[in-house]
Amino acid sequence: MSATQRAEVASAGSPQLRAAEPVPVTAADGLLSLSPGAAQRESALRELATRAITPLVLLAAWSVGSATGWISPQTLAAPRAVWQAFVQLLGSGVLWDNLSISLQRALLGLVLGASTGLVLGLVTGLSRTGDRLLDPTLQMLRTIPFLAVAPLLVLWFGIDEQQKLLMIALAAGFPFYLNTHGGVRSTDRKLLEAARVFGASRRETIAAIILPAALPQLLVGLRQSLGISLIALIVAEQTNSPRGIGFLMMSAQQFFQVEILLVCVALYGLWGLLADVLVRTLERVLMPWKRAAARGRA
Amino acid sequence: MSAAGLAVQVRGARKRFGEREVLSGLDLDIGATEFVVMLGKSGSGKSTLLRALCALEPLDAGEARVPPRRSVVFQEPRLVESLRVRDNLLLGLPRTRAQLAAAEAALDEVELGGRSDAWPGTLSGGEAQRVALARALLRHPQLLLLDEPFAALDALTRIRMHALVARLCERHRTAVLLVTHDVDEAILLADRAVVLKEGQLGASFDVSLPRPRARGVPGFAALRRSLLAELGVVEQVGGSA
Repeated sequence: MSATQRAEVASAGSPQLRAAEPVPVTAADGLLSLSPGAAQRESALRELATRAITPLVLLAAWSVGSATGWISPQTLAAPRAVWQAFVQLLGSGVLWDNLSISLQRALLGLVLGASTGLVLGLVTGLSRTGDRLLDPTLQMLRTIPFLAVAPLLVLWFGIDEQQKLLMIALAAGFPFYLNTHGGVRSTDRKLLEAARVFGASRRETIAAIILPAALPQLLVGLRQSLGISLIALIVAEQTNSPRGIGFLMMSAQQFFQVEILLVCVALYGLWGLLADVLVRTLERVLMPWKRAAARGRA
Repeated sequence: MSAAGLAVQVRGARKRFGEREVLSGLDLDIGATEFVVMLGKSGSGKSTLLRALCALEPLDAGEARVPPRRSVVFQEPRLVESLRVRDNLLLGLPRTRAQLAAAEAALDEVELGGRSDAWPGTLSGGEAQRVALARALLRHPQLLLLDEPFAALDALTRIRMHALVARLCERHRTAVLLVTHDVDEAILLADRAVVLKEGQLGASFDVSLPRPRARGVPGFAALRRSLLAELGVVEQVGGSA
């Protein structure tokens, strides 16, 4: 390998240097210098700018496509039209009217499903008898896609709030159950042994060791439940719902209001994003020891 | 059959894992303030015996008599990562003012005073193992069981830990059973070193070297050779002559 080739390899990954422009390498002794150069200290701003390029290009293409008539407004409304629809929905109160009821459904359904999942997961995770009694049945039921029972729920509970809440709860409950069960079950046996030797009571062992150890898995469950409850919400609201974001979408579809459809799609996206932020925040707040350990020795 | 001054009395202990019998009629006595080191190859059953003495593993046959207050330091620190150092020490103990003060004192003893608010994840391997030692001593054990507690530490930290454990065990006047495969460790710490062979106690060596001990003292090398021979090891490293 020649010195020039070596220099090219050494500078790979540095965006400032072009391959055609070889850097001099002090390789008189045949050794390569690995001290950090300017190339490795890429600024945070530059990284952010690079990340922003793709979404900005897509947005620009969309705008230009709409302005030149390449994209028909019946297919995809222009970014400006979507923004205007959003402002108008917000101003008239229509948006909040529908969003609030959707939020309420999703949260109630989630709380109902997640708390049931949590309790069942604790029972089966902590008690052998509970595990034998309930887990096989629950594992069997979880293989049924919740969408498959939607018609049944309509038949049993009609098309009012009850059916929607149950649908969301059902969807959110299973991931929470599975993760609680798994998290409680995967407690380090060696820690449980130590607790036994040092005379910790069952109650103290659960509160001080098992539950905190299961917390990361519980938050994984919450993340999954939040995601799937949104899907359940969309489905529940698009069938016979007088209010809600799903209803807004169905009526927009009937009147070919593409821009309103796009506003709703963006809202669902934002919802998912916020759910992610929520879980991340909880991870940070609820598990200070993880952060301390990551920061290193204090 | 109460034997005065004994902390541990094991008679005819048997334990089998599947086809393999790891303890086959083992007898062992440990005096009330005696420091016994049990040596053995890996898989010789020394950890099994130790686990039987802290009631984590039932014996298949035989009898093991132990004092009510026992503490263990395992090979890993086994600290609960979501509890601060102080709360790890107090696991299973009432949180009275006196106990809190005792916990701080126990940390002082292992040279970790002022670290009671630290999270275990921020401790080094040696520090974590010292917390585990403090947690064991806080309970004023009549029998302290040490299951290769230095095996996972680096060589330099291990030297400091040997000195610390020797000092603390002398001060607390408790019976100690240390299980290890490190012959030097045995000679440095033991009042008596025993070798576990084929599920039974083999030779027993009274270690009467004056304390504090160091590797170079007279008698060390001879004892080392005897113990290694008992373990079936001849030390000869490198060289072509």
